[in-house]
Amino acid sequence: MPNPQLVMYEEEYRQITAMCEKLLREANARVIFLVDKNGQLIAGVGETDRFDTTSLASLTAGNIAATGGLAKLIGEKEFSILFHEGEKDNLHISIVAGRVILVVLFDSRSSLGLVRLRVKKASEELAAIFDSLMKKAEEKAKIGDPEFPFAEITDDDIDNLFR
Amino acid sequence: MSFINYASRELNCKIVYYGPGLCGKTTNLQYIFNNTAEGAKGKMISLATETERTLFFDFLPLELGEIRGFKTRFHLYTVPGQVFYDASRKLILKGVDGVVYVADSQEERMDANLESLDNLRDNLAEQGYDLDKLPYVVQYNKRDLPGIVPVDELRRELNPTGVPDFEACAMTGEGVFETLKAVAKLVLTDLKKGR
Repeated sequence: MPNPQLVMYEEEYRQITAMCEKLLREANARVIFLVDKNGQLIAGVGETDRFDTTSLASLTAGNIAATGGLAKLIGEKEFSILFHEGEKDNLHISIVAGRVILVVLFDSRSSLGLVRLRVKKASEELAAIFDSLMKKAEEKAKIGDPEFPFAEITDDDIDNLFR
Repeated sequence: MSFINYASRELNCKIVYYGPGLCGKTTNLQYIFNNTAEGAKGKMISLATETERTLFFDFLPLELGEIRGFKTRFHLYTVPGQVFYDASRKLILKGVDGVVYVADSQEERMDANLESLDNLRDNLAEQGYDLDKLPYVVQYNKRDLPGIVPVDELRRELNPTGVPDFEACAMTGEGVFETLKAVAKLVLTDLKKGR
């Protein structure tokens, strides 16, 4: 398979959320999202209620995918940072650990320089958490997780979804 | 690939609707959007040209309910069908869990169907996927139009491996939910054995 399945456990989720909250404070940002490259929202902190997080995740991943395609066309591996400047709000988008997208939404109370600085530091720490998460998931997949919740799915379970 | 979040007890899967230009991929999603209860769907996003041709993708998040205590979400995507958007199509296939191939039943679109199906296979292979190993269903759309190819022939040409297939008219919704349900079922069954 081209990509191992993304799995998130309680422990790492707590670490990741705490890390994002720290970045939110230090960068004076409004919202911070972590999105999988496939468009799935992993975590969000700050004023998340004010945004359609699912759409945001999907469009961010599309954006990264499109700019990644552009990068390859000119012989770059990827563009690791994207910045979108608006009248009030700005988006700083960067790639962490090769597969996760970190989105920082900030306004005039912060600045691009501050966000870049804080993101750089936070990215290293987030990358370490994701590395250990991947290893943990791979190990569980190898030995077979006895608590895997979907091992016993029945046709009835699936049919119930569509009622 | 699907995303299992034990912390928020969520399961997310990605389904891609593929097929030649104007075969009805976006119409499938629009019908699903219009006929799904308010709480079970998110906003539908269409990145389209001024003439409403899909430029990059359409996106529709669905939340179907719970399986084993996990909220089950399906993210439906369409690709742009027009031949020259191939670079975009490749990107959307990244991380796919299940594919719906939408064929246009009209006689004059047979070549386009075949070309698009080859393109699907090639683009998946480029990402390291094998269509024969992916959860995959076929939909023969536009069955209400005149001048259509008989289903037997469509099946022979477009579904030689005999995956689940459905006749549909996406404008009226006939066959739309049957198709979605079939692919969702395959994706979840795959998850069960693919741990």
